Amino acid sequence: MPDFLLYSLLVGIAIAIVAGPLGSFTVWRKMAYFGDTLAHSALIGVALGLFLSINVALTIVFTCILIAVLLVYLEHRNSLSTDTLLGVISHGSLALGLVCVSLYSSQRVNLFAYLFGDLLTVTLSEVITIYLVVALMLGAICWLWKPLLMITVDQSLAKVEGRRVTLLRLSLMMMVALVIALAMKIVGVMLITALLIIPAATSRRLTSSPEAMALVASVIGVISVILGLGASYWFDIPAGPAVVLAALASFLLTLPVQSRY
Amino acid sequence: MSADILLEVENLGFHIDGKQLLHNVSFSLQRGEITTVIGPNGAGKSTLVKVITGLLPASSGEVKLAPRLTFGYVPQRLHMDASLPIKVSRFLSLSDCSKSAYKQALALFDVSHLYNQLMHRLSGGELQRVLLARAVARKPDVLVLDEPLQGVDVNGQSELYRLIASLRDELDCAIFMVSHDLHLVMAQTDKVLCLNQHVCCQGQPESVSQHPEYLRLFGKSVAEEFAVYTHHHDHHHNIHGDAVSCDKGCDHA
Repeated sequence: MPDFLLYSLLVGIAIAIVAGPLGSFTVWRKMAYFGDTLAHSALIGVALGLFLSINVALTIVFTCILIAVLLVYLEHRNSLSTDTLLGVISHGSLALGLVCVSLYSSQRVNLFAYLFGDLLTVTLSEVITIYLVVALMLGAICWLWKPLLMITVDQSLAKVEGRRVTLLRLSLMMMVALVIALAMKIVGVMLITALLIIPAATSRRLTSSPEAMALVASVIGVISVILGLGASYWFDIPAGPAVVLAALASFLLTLPVQSRY
Repeated sequence: MSADILLEVENLGFHIDGKQLLHNVSFSLQRGEITTVIGPNGAGKSTLVKVITGLLPASSGEVKLAPRLTFGYVPQRLHMDASLPIKVSRFLSLSDCSKSAYKQALALFDVSHLYNQLMHRLSGGELQRVLLARAVARKPDVLVLDEPLQGVDVNGQSELYRLIASLRDELDCAIFMVSHDLHLVMAQTDKVLCLNQHVCCQGQPESVSQHPEYLRLFGKSVAEEFAVYTHHHDHHHNIHGDAVSCDKGCDHA
């Protein structure tokens, strides 16, 4: 197996593992559109990195987290409904990102790779960094699991019982932002949310507790990444769509399973 | 604050987007006392609940809490998506209280059989009882109930209401409740707070039901019909709405 394939597999698996619980929260809290918005804004991060000629990964993380904080703030003062607001920011940032990145086309920026993922771009040092970050995130998720679950069940109930709701929401959104920034290389901007949502949606039909749902979502995500990246390599198709199609296959295969839960 | 006063509200005001929802609201909650808020739609009842529990910040005035006060809260509804598979047992364990405490509370509300049920499969009345059990298991100083009888069938209502009334002594807490049901309110409450943005009148049910502001707000005919209504039935209904004969130690008036 060539190194670059091994590296993207390793990265993909790490991201799929952490995407299990975070994707479950995205489904439970109906944050799918929020994920899309963050993913689209990642393209501004790309442009920013190119413009300042610093590490693009850093500017993507920075932009995603900034947008996440902005959204938490804006949700507090909503004269517009949240999905309208997200629609404005999502497509606004996608358009801005596309225009900015295309201005650098002279430098042969592969826009297609950012939009749909690229196997060839992962390096060993990135693998190590991503594993460190994913380990930290998994630690944080375990540590905050109970309070995060409580604010997902009911925000006001959690608040009256003394949970620090805004802080918890912010940390959840920042983690989603981080996983999106990390997953961008493999899956690309357009399809990242699918990697969060589809395994969790599949897992929902098979499980009867939040913990099981998160865990099974991770497993489905890992299988999808392995199948998708394999297919991408053998059939020379873009990585992101291949992974998402594998996840979609798992979703469709479990459709006949009548949920007892 | 005197020892028995758990919560004191002084000249409380709340406005949002230039709209005054509460103004000049003052009252206090005492240990062992049930206070019920009544008022027409849009009177600010739910807003008042949110302000005293700290869900909304007061715009003016203040809410003084006794030190280390714990709230038990039953919201009007749970904002939980059906995509979250969570059993009653897990839901209860999310509050920081012991397993025996919430098993006991489930038994108290006669819903022990729902222990392994999924939350989103509960009926409205079952969910309401589970929420009550969860609030009670925390052994709160102040139990705040926003329309606790929602979704409970008519026959179960008075039984549940009597159960709530008995909690005051069992937990030695203050109960603060929003209710639409005038005749149940008038029968079981220590203090009634008649709210219409401001406190129109407050006091014992007997005196409130004679108050001109109350009569104006609810209309004379309604007020007369529900004024301190007492039951004279030969049976009453248990929590599931089944008729139970009264000679089995029924303390229903």
